[in-house]
Amino acid sequence: MSWVIDAQGLGKRYGRRWALNDCDLQIPSGHVVGLVGPNGAGKTTLLHLAVGLLAPSSGTIAVLGRPPAADPDQLARVGFVAQDTPTYARLTVADHLRFGAQMNSGWDDELATHRITELELGLDQSAGSLSGGQRAQLALTLAVAKRPQLLILDEPVASLDPLARREFLQSLMEFVAEGEVSVVLSSHLVADLERVCDYLIVLVDSRLQLAGEVDDLLASHRRLVGPRRDPASLPSGQAIIDESHTDRQSTLLVRCDGPVLDPAWAVEELSLEDIVLAYMGHARTTRRAGGRQGLEVLS
Amino acid sequence: MIEFHLDSRSGVSPYLQIVQQVRQALRVGVLREGDQLPTVKEVVGQLAINPNTVLKAYRELEHEGLASARPGVGTFVTGSLGAESIAAQGPLRQALQRWIVKARRAGLDDESIEALFRDSFRSAAEEDIA
Amino acid sequence: MIAFSLRQFRTQAIIGGAGLVVLGIILLVTGPHLVTIYDTAVAQCRASGGASSDCNNPVISTYSKLQVLATALVLIVPVLIGMFWGAPLVARELETGTFRLAWTQSVSRMRWLLVKLGLVGLASAAVGGLLSLMVTWWFSPIDKVNQDRFGAAAFGTHGFVPAGYALFAFALGATTGLLFRRTLPAMAVTLVGFVVARFAVAYWIRPHFMTPVTKAFGIGPNGGFGFIETPGGALQFTTNPPDFPNALIVSNDVVDNAGQSPSTAFLQKACPNLPGPNGPPPAVQGGQAHAAVSARGQQAFQQCVTTISTKYHQVVTYQPANRFWAFQTYETLLFVVASAALAGLCVWWVRHRLS
Repeated sequence: MSWVIDAQGLGKRYGRRWALNDCDLQIPSGHVVGLVGPNGAGKTTLLHLAVGLLAPSSGTIAVLGRPPAADPDQLARVGFVAQDTPTYARLTVADHLRFGAQMNSGWDDELATHRITELELGLDQSAGSLSGGQRAQLALTLAVAKRPQLLILDEPVASLDPLARREFLQSLMEFVAEGEVSVVLSSHLVADLERVCDYLIVLVDSRLQLAGEVDDLLASHRRLVGPRRDPASLPSGQAIIDESHTDRQSTLLVRCDGPVLDPAWAVEELSLEDIVLAYMGHARTTRRAGGRQGLEVLS
Repeated sequence: MIEFHLDSRSGVSPYLQIVQQVRQALRVGVLREGDQLPTVKEVVGQLAINPNTVLKAYRELEHEGLASARPGVGTFVTGSLGAESIAAQGPLRQALQRWIVKARRAGLDDESIEALFRDSFRSAAEEDIA
Repeated sequence: MIAFSLRQFRTQAIIGGAGLVVLGIILLVTGPHLVTIYDTAVAQCRASGGASSDCNNPVISTYSKLQVLATALVLIVPVLIGMFWGAPLVARELETGTFRLAWTQSVSRMRWLLVKLGLVGLASAAVGGLLSLMVTWWFSPIDKVNQDRFGAAAFGTHGFVPAGYALFAFALGATTGLLFRRTLPAMAVTLVGFVVARFAVAYWIRPHFMTPVTKAFGIGPNGGFGFIETPGGALQFTTNPPDFPNALIVSNDVVDNAGQSPSTAFLQKACPNLPGPNGPPPAVQGGQAHAAVSARGQQAFQQCVTTISTKYHQVVTYQPANRFWAFQTYETLLFVVASAALAGLCVWWVRHRLS
């Protein structure tokens, strides 16, 4: 199995503060990977490290098997759309396409012009006069038309209205359907990612909390509701992620290796958002208790 | 041509929803044998879901003998869901109506009747799988 | 990359080019007239023996506003280039975030930076040089009359050295823009830094590119003289420098054979009778002045100067006029080397620090 991103002990520090801390991550190829976490969790830092805009303070990261931005070949294989989709406000859409063609040897001009036509963007419109959704589509076109093996998007839909958001994701999924490309996109909302991602990474407080295939995560996490119980009495194959108790009742969110057979528990399936929230809560509890343990990562 | 939709709150996973919608379409005649299913690209372009989800659904349909993929061309409907349409299910329909009357007499309101039916249906389905 | 850099630079290039063209037309149209005035009016005047200050007047007073404008342009265009072409070059991309777009295409950061620096740097030098050469050509009748192009004021607006200034200002702008990551502070620092550099070179370095020529003169009665009282109470005796056309005067001192300037005691003894509030010669704080004196005062002054000249003489060090173009070359090279050093700093910074 080849990893599109392979990070070992990766960390980035600004002065005394670690924006990303001790990150061990292996992302398999051929997936649409969602990177989710609250603002300030380190998502942008991780993505910037992956495209070579930042250099690590500790640890290593390999992208498609090589250091990020190692040489023009490596740059050509990774497409990137930064947060707030920067574009040259005073240049036109056509200028941007020429920019893409001149700066990328693998540029697919047909694909680019086809997309622009479909999106009904005026070639002579200045990028500064485009709406947020149109700019995002332009930026996506630039990233996609260089035919990368890996596409990295930093909060691409965060500031878009629901329609623009939907259209962007439709566009993106069409591109994924066409060929062999891996995608990593970040968001602070799980809802954005649920439809499109089949692999999920959760980052909270600059640390990795969870990583795994979405199907596995959904299959292996359950909510258990039942009479008040000491959590230590659970069988060993189950790890408690989140728990809350009243005087009569216990509600546990667990990760389990096999089915829960104890008939005292009502077993419920969870949505992806429930799972992510539980891990975020766990991170907060761990931080407040002064501990720094990360969680085991599902592969 | 069939158009899919996704109910994000139904609790049923997306790929299963697609499978169910194909089956339903076959049942009521929207889809007939020989029809082409929408391409993966068309489906994701409309629903904004992961292409693997659609592939999984189409593979499941192939597994059930309802569709088959022709490389380079597309995925086509090959099977049918039994000859009977819903309209022809006379005895089953009557049995169901009698049960509904019984349930009402037992004091259940509409929501409870639906909940009871759904619950029993699901546990029956789980028993099938287990 | 080159084509895209040109596209980004297009507006600025058009403005610069248009400005050059407009000025060029104006100078081209008015230039020949100046030449005519010099050839006819001035030549006639000199031939008929008029005083040179009167003969020079027709040339000096023609197109006086354009003279000021052209000189001002050559002075300020380099620093404008530094502020408006140099400072935003990288800073704007860092400010707006477009560097995140530019550095994730298939072109390395190094290549991106070097192409931008090279292209706009070349354009800066070209504009600075062309502008200066045009204005120098137009000024030649005036220069023939003024004979002062080597002086501190005129040197920097003549010849091709403004090409070096423009290149340096551009490099300074680009570097400060890169370091501060903001255009506006970079513009301010470029302005200040450039002015300081120009002054420092003009007054401390330029006079010493080559060892100056030394010449000694006796102190004759017809020179301009003056006494200066320094803030500490000491007296100094000064004379005007000789009139070396188109030369750069480096120093001008009154010394004896041992190289010592006259002491306060000597001066007071040599010139005891000059009118002044306390008997000693007219004292001026910190500056030179010809005090208004009566005829008897004049005579006493002449005697005083003669006394001084028995022991002291004037020593002048200067750069002769024929070294003008050599100095233009040296100074241009100095600024070019400084620009290269700044470019090197940019390269190192982008490679190692901007992460």
